[in-house]
Amino acid sequence: MNNIVSAIFLAENIKKIEIHAPRIAKKRKAGQFVMIRVSEHGERIPLTIAGSDPEKGTVTLIVQGMGKSTRELNLKKEGESIHDIVGPLGTPSHIENFGTAVSIGGGVGTAIAYPTAVALKEAGNHVITINGARTKELVILENEMKAVSDEAYITTDDGSYGFHGFVTQKLQELIDSGKTINYVLAIGPIPMMKAVAEVTRPYGIPTVVSLNPVMVDGTGMCGGCRVTIDNEIRFACVDGPEFDAHKVDFKNLSDRNRMYLEEEQQSVEAFSHKCQLGQQK
Amino acid sequence: MDLKPMTTKERLAIPRQPMPAQDPKERIRNFREVHLGYTPELAQREAMRCIQCKDPACIKGCPVNIKIDKFIKLIAEGDFLGAVRKIKEDNILPAICGRVCPQEDQCEKVCILEKKHESVAIGNLERFVADYERETGNVELPEILPATGKRIAVIGSGPAGLSCANDLARLGHSVTVYEALHQLGGVLMYGIPEFRLPKDIVQAEIDGLKQIGVEFVTNTVVGRSVTIDELMEEEHFDAVFIGVGAGLPWFMGIPGENLLGVYSANEFLTRVNLMKAYDFPQSDTPVFDCRDKNVAVFGGGNTAMDAVRTAKRLGAEHAYIVYRRSEAEMPARKEEIDHAKNEGIEFLLLMNPIAFIGNEQQWLTGVKCIRMELGEADESGRRKPVPVKDSEFLLPIDMAVISIGNGSNPLIKQTTPEIEVSRRDTIVVDINSMATSKENVYAGGDIVTGGATVILAMGAGRTAAKAIHEKLAGQAPDFDNE
Repeated sequence: MNNIVSAIFLAENIKKIEIHAPRIAKKRKAGQFVMIRVSEHGERIPLTIAGSDPEKGTVTLIVQGMGKSTRELNLKKEGESIHDIVGPLGTPSHIENFGTAVSIGGGVGTAIAYPTAVALKEAGNHVITINGARTKELVILENEMKAVSDEAYITTDDGSYGFHGFVTQKLQELIDSGKTINYVLAIGPIPMMKAVAEVTRPYGIPTVVSLNPVMVDGTGMCGGCRVTIDNEIRFACVDGPEFDAHKVDFKNLSDRNRMYLEEEQQSVEAFSHKCQLGQQK
Repeated sequence: MDLKPMTTKERLAIPRQPMPAQDPKERIRNFREVHLGYTPELAQREAMRCIQCKDPACIKGCPVNIKIDKFIKLIAEGDFLGAVRKIKEDNILPAICGRVCPQEDQCEKVCILEKKHESVAIGNLERFVADYERETGNVELPEILPATGKRIAVIGSGPAGLSCANDLARLGHSVTVYEALHQLGGVLMYGIPEFRLPKDIVQAEIDGLKQIGVEFVTNTVVGRSVTIDELMEEEHFDAVFIGVGAGLPWFMGIPGENLLGVYSANEFLTRVNLMKAYDFPQSDTPVFDCRDKNVAVFGGGNTAMDAVRTAKRLGAEHAYIVYRRSEAEMPARKEEIDHAKNEGIEFLLLMNPIAFIGNEQQWLTGVKCIRMELGEADESGRRKPVPVKDSEFLLPIDMAVISIGNGSNPLIKQTTPEIEVSRRDTIVVDINSMATSKENVYAGGDIVTGGATVILAMGAGRTAAKAIHEKLAGQAPDFDNE
């Protein structure tokens, strides 16, 4: 059992949760994730670590309520606990002074792009961040991203805040302006990561994405998180989760992530029903 | 008991006592254990079959040299608790080994009776006394030697780690076991199904270790959460035993392996055993809904049998084993193969998959196979399967489980590079002590041998415990580390 030290909503349905886990807090590096189980009968789900405080012994997760487990996690309040947390898992982000590095976060992916942006900044890069969301209310970590950026951009799909359009349009604009970009990191929904890969491919800009396949153990045992990289099987839990975006078979990833769609819906419906009953009490 | 000793002739006249089992028609609808266990009467009668050889071959056939003749004699005399204690001098987990050891290739294979009669059912007897001890509430805490002040970290709570931890704790050392998963037991929990090894038995063994002072820490991945160097330098462990088991599953490298519905055996079994996916949605983890579907498991080992029988219990209409050699070459225990056959598992032998076929939504719909025939013997001594020309055919299936073995977990190698590994990434040890190339670090089980058996892992854990004890005993105790 691990205590929740703080839990606050950053946007509708997106919660920032700080969990007591001293070993993980001490060891974790940008790009790594934890596996958590919210309750006794819970699934093991991977969540990328958004930050940590080694002194306090806490790690921070930023969670969007999507399936049953993430919704259940988002109901947790300060002082409550989660059943299990293990990590840090996965290979840390490859960080060096590339020159100019662009860190792109789409939606809750910004929570993962942020720690890598911090690491890129610390390594001496000229850091450009593009923080994309569907609409203004869903923009998260605006100040944090700004603080680590030499140039910070916000994009919204509906134009309600910042640049009107997708992160890829902003990225294209930066490339077209003649700026030399040496490295791009993109984390967000699969279509966004795929689109970013296609923007940078013609220019040969090294581009890295963080993949989110379904996992079970997350420690290099079950093989469920296999992804296709350069036509070969790789395991996101130990070989990743970050991979060369130009080599990722995104279609295979999104296909495989549909595997339990029906079961997920069934769980979410049952869970929502239970929650409603709980409120009526 | 009849005090007059039985003659050998009388003993040989007793037939091998069959193990009572759940009816196959019944058991494919539940996950309860297949075998029901001997009654005391059956056990005693079986034990009387042992002719008490002067130089018992069975003991040499046992990887941990259990004093088999002696424990069987005690059973014949009706001293069941005496018998289990005799076993425990050499094997701390008889309830588990009595169930999952391949006795037919070890002790029972070399039993003198095997040639003319059937061998004594040593495994069934081991299991009986272990269950008797537990079920009658007679499990005794072993004697623990005075505390040595030495601290040992055991990485992995599977069979190798548990046996190593047990021996070290009994010798008075302070032992902490680290487990990566949220549940203790390793492959005994996530891999071997309930119907072959009930989980409450594994739990009882772990509880026994807790009672003798072994500490367990779950959710800790050594290599990630903490490294071996940190355990030794910062947390002051005097020695480390690595028993992390096998790693990532192998795939076949044929087209379509990433289609929806294709699993590794590790993933399929972990979902069902560890995560209790058979109980979805009460348990949150789902697994492919096998009901009325066709499932094929590729491979011929015990894990393949576990997977295919699990699929059958989850409601599969056809559950196939697809294996490229013939039944004679199958590595699975004969008992498991027989159980599978009785349960209606269909064996498609001398067949090899060439490609998985899927529909537009990328769900698996079938597998293209080719028939094989046996050619010359290969390095393993088994006749090598070669494809029969123009014999391809399509087998319609909805789910596939690939069960062709595992590689090694790369984490220890990545984070403790001075530990020497083989080309296959298994850890290299001195087989007499299980010592690795790093001072005071030992290893055993599948991480050393590649995929092997529970009893071999336990034997390795015990060998390492002995070596660790001898090494540390030469050093002054340092209680200030506590």
